[in-house]
Amino acid sequence: MKRRDLLKLAGLSAVVAGGVPGFLNKEVKAREYTPPPGALTAKRWGMAIDIRKCWEHPECRDCIKACHHIHNVPEIPEKKKEIKWIWKDEFEHAFPDQPNEFNDVLLQGKPFLLLCNHCEHPPCVRVCPTEATFKREDGIVMMDYHRCIGCRFCMAACPFGARSFNWVDPRPYIREFNPEFPTRMKGVVEKCLFCYERLEKGQIPACVEACKHKALIFGDLEDENSEISRVLRSRFSIRRKAELGTGPSVFYLIG
Amino acid sequence: MYNRDKVIPGIIIFVLFAAFPIWWGHGKSVPPPKPELPKGKCVESKEYMRAHHMQLLNIWRNKAIREGMRVYVSSDGSRYWIGLQNGCMKCHHDKSKFCDRCHTYAAVKPYCWNCHIPPETKEFKPPKRSALLKLFGIPERLTGNSSHHEYEEH
Repeated sequence: MKRRDLLKLAGLSAVVAGGVPGFLNKEVKAREYTPPPGALTAKRWGMAIDIRKCWEHPECRDCIKACHHIHNVPEIPEKKKEIKWIWKDEFEHAFPDQPNEFNDVLLQGKPFLLLCNHCEHPPCVRVCPTEATFKREDGIVMMDYHRCIGCRFCMAACPFGARSFNWVDPRPYIREFNPEFPTRMKGVVEKCLFCYERLEKGQIPACVEACKHKALIFGDLEDENSEISRVLRSRFSIRRKAELGTGPSVFYLIG
Repeated sequence: MYNRDKVIPGIIIFVLFAAFPIWWGHGKSVPPPKPELPKGKCVESKEYMRAHHMQLLNIWRNKAIREGMRVYVSSDGSRYWIGLQNGCMKCHHDKSKFCDRCHTYAAVKPYCWNCHIPPETKEFKPPKRSALLKLFGIPERLTGNSSHHEYEEH
């Protein structure tokens, strides 16, 4: 074989081995994606919790029930394995940076409603090796459960304990499931996502909607005219562990 | 050759055994799967969906979850809500009569349903005891894996 022929043959083989050229492949022509019409949008979603209203109804768990039902959050009796998106805890656990023996007495037995703070600078996002958790443009610290490998770095990084790990298959522990939302599987971390799936449909988060005492206010923190901005300008509020610099977007109205 | 009377039958048995799948299935053909198709049209043509549905689903989950693009504009300009439970399965009412038929035939096990709930699901089954625990007869309460039935009592 001549050198020239060999080179021709090599070139031809390379083309064949490289597969059919793209333009010969019959693919679908137009593929477009658009955001859903009628979705609620904001520059930075946030929540204010009027904790005084909460204390007037210590038995009320409407927000927790609504959230956990809608998102298929299992009720696992064992504390170490429990999954929680929104829950209640006492002052000294929620605000350990405010040691004050008198406050501890004053606030004894007064529960605080806790959930993911959707931080401005979320440490969980920084440590996630697969970008399964990421920050959306509207401030929601989002999770892509498809990508979570269950390494639990985010749980170690989150200073608020807002993340839960599925130690067991959660499905048997879900009594009445919501067929519109998936469950999670064993080996995946989960948390509150500010009801991104409801915002897409133009609905406010389930906990806010479920609260009949109007203790939860949800809105755009960067919109001066939103209800939440007005409330936060007029009343004294605190945030959990604000000194860590993560910039929580959940505010507790105490004044 | 030493031990001819043992070695040769041994080789024959080995070859027969190794070729078991070939001669066992010889001449038989498994009928191709017939998934139950709903009326109406899918987001793209049948041929395209048959060949590319997995790529499309993969793109869809990234678009919807990571980029917030919930609406798909198909090649003929129609708009569809992206979602497995709230999109695909609104027409394909039964996973076992649609997805499973081909997937079983092709022996592929996509893990979509570890989290997504098939439309025909009525309830989830109670937790299973591990085989090892059953073997040694260890009661569930000693492992700290108490089921939710026990929980209901208190």
